Amino acid sequence: MSTGTHAFTDSMTMLRRQLRHMLRYPTLTLTAAGVPVVFLLLFVYVLGGVLGSGLGGPSGGRDTYVNYVVPGVILMTAATAAQGTAISVALDMTEGIVARFRTMAIARVSVLTGHVLGSLAQTLLSMTIVTGVALLVGFEPTADFGEWLGVIGVLVLIVLAITWLSVALAIMAKNVAAASNMLTPLMILPMMGSGFVPTDSMPAGLQWFADYQPFTPFIETLRGLLMGTPIGNNALLAIGWCALIALGGYLWAKKLYNREPTR
Amino acid sequence: MTTNLGPPALSATAVRKAYGDHEVLSGIDLDIPPGSVFALLGPNGAGKTTMVHILSTLIRADSGDIQVAGHDAARAPDAIRAAIGVTGQFSAVDGFLTGEENLLLMADLHHLPRRERRQRATDLLARFDLVDAARKPAATYSGGMRRRLDLAMTLVGRPRVIFLDEPTTGLDPRSRRTMWDTIRRLVTDEGVTIFLTTQYLDEADHLADRIAVLHQGTIVAQGTAQELKRHVGGGHITLRFADARDHDHAARTLNVTSRNDEALTLQVASRGDIRSLRALLDRLDRASLTVEELQIHTPDLDDVFFALTGDPTAEQEPVR
Repeated sequence: MSTGTHAFTDSMTMLRRQLRHMLRYPTLTLTAAGVPVVFLLLFVYVLGGVLGSGLGGPSGGRDTYVNYVVPGVILMTAATAAQGTAISVALDMTEGIVARFRTMAIARVSVLTGHVLGSLAQTLLSMTIVTGVALLVGFEPTADFGEWLGVIGVLVLIVLAITWLSVALAIMAKNVAAASNMLTPLMILPMMGSGFVPTDSMPAGLQWFADYQPFTPFIETLRGLLMGTPIGNNALLAIGWCALIALGGYLWAKKLYNREPTR
Repeated sequence: MTTNLGPPALSATAVRKAYGDHEVLSGIDLDIPPGSVFALLGPNGAGKTTMVHILSTLIRADSGDIQVAGHDAARAPDAIRAAIGVTGQFSAVDGFLTGEENLLLMADLHHLPRRERRQRATDLLARFDLVDAARKPAATYSGGMRRRLDLAMTLVGRPRVIFLDEPTTGLDPRSRRTMWDTIRRLVTDEGVTIFLTTQYLDEADHLADRIAVLHQGTIVAQGTAQELKRHVGGGHITLRFADARDHDHAARTLNVTSRNDEALTLQVASRGDIRSLRALLDRLDRASLTVEELQIHTPDLDDVFFALTGDPTAEQEPVR
């Protein structure tokens, strides 16, 4: 029998396994949402008054800033959730269960696909929680139904890309602590883009980095869909970055997983 | 033991594996008939686990030919995976899932029909005495329960060849007995072939039809427990004396093989049968020597092991 024929059913089995973990331990989902919520509240209530006025706009102040910062905070959720994914993948790799899977006639990559799809569900749930809190603190998106679908589509792409990358990093890390640390820089990236302040307010070197790193087109596309700001070529750039990161992460993770376990 | 004329359940020819400069296995040959228990015996670091990893397709041998359940390991590893079950040295259960969910996960991965999967899980839970714990997360199980669940998971797919890597290491004596009974029953009831590794000689003696002793990457002896014991010849009798004078006198009177002046003991070669024992006692009586204690030592696998490996202190396994 070939493993290809079972790739789909095996992946679904592994997905069910991940969803079961998630339902049994909801703290994982809540933790992934917790950090971005804290950042949201800090930025809106502590810094928002001043930062909002700096943005200009009709009303200025805190109300303007909420609407500006939410897309960045939603993407920060992708980063915190990716850390959770990395930890659970690393945990799996260090336990005997993966050795068992390897000696069974199942589609090999299904272990990883299960993780990725499970994380996707978990991250989207965390993002929903974050968006819910944002609405409570004054976030007023202008998006219509079609634009909301667009938001979901873009977020799915971004989360898939980041998750495949974090799966690869987690297998490479070989232990849980290292896997967790490896994903920390990902949390900083939304801040070093257009997530919290416009990039043109940054010093030249940083602005150059901010304009060209993937999180800026991610955030600008999301902001455009949610708030009606101009998107320009950011959507295309965002999709390109997602495809590149997802494919790279997938191939890398698969290669690392199929590599013979060394002593 | 049954004599099987069919092809072997497992055969290996000239299997080699090295990690860098360190050769872990240097030319292993094995031939295991179906429906038998084979034990690979050796100290830590002898290469037992590496051998299991290679035979169960987890890693590839550098060279050599391997056939498991009629399939070639290099050409058709997936066909082997469909026919085997592996219970490793380290627990291979999902601690977040309950015992029942772990078994159902295995049933799904073996693509069992919907009705059969639940039946199979229920049967195995009952058989491994896990019914009460079926709905609890495996992380809360005791060591013995985990090991039972582990083996139950291995059996979901009805494997024809089962690999057990140190199945009772770390278990308490009672759990160990239970595990032994389970293993023997698998062979008698279902006719599976079992390949087990162990560092316990009594375990190999108790369970295995055939035993191979692995030492520093080579098989130094192979055969039934009886055949291996014959390797080391007869046993001996140890005599302990109350005082040094008797000890010394006896050492000169008897045909001793070794003496210990501090413990006041002597060893005399003997098969341990009544006739030679009576002759020995008569000689001691005639010389009016008072024996404080007498011990008959028939050869066991320990003797075989030490005679073959010449290394009573097991080396430490390299840290992973």
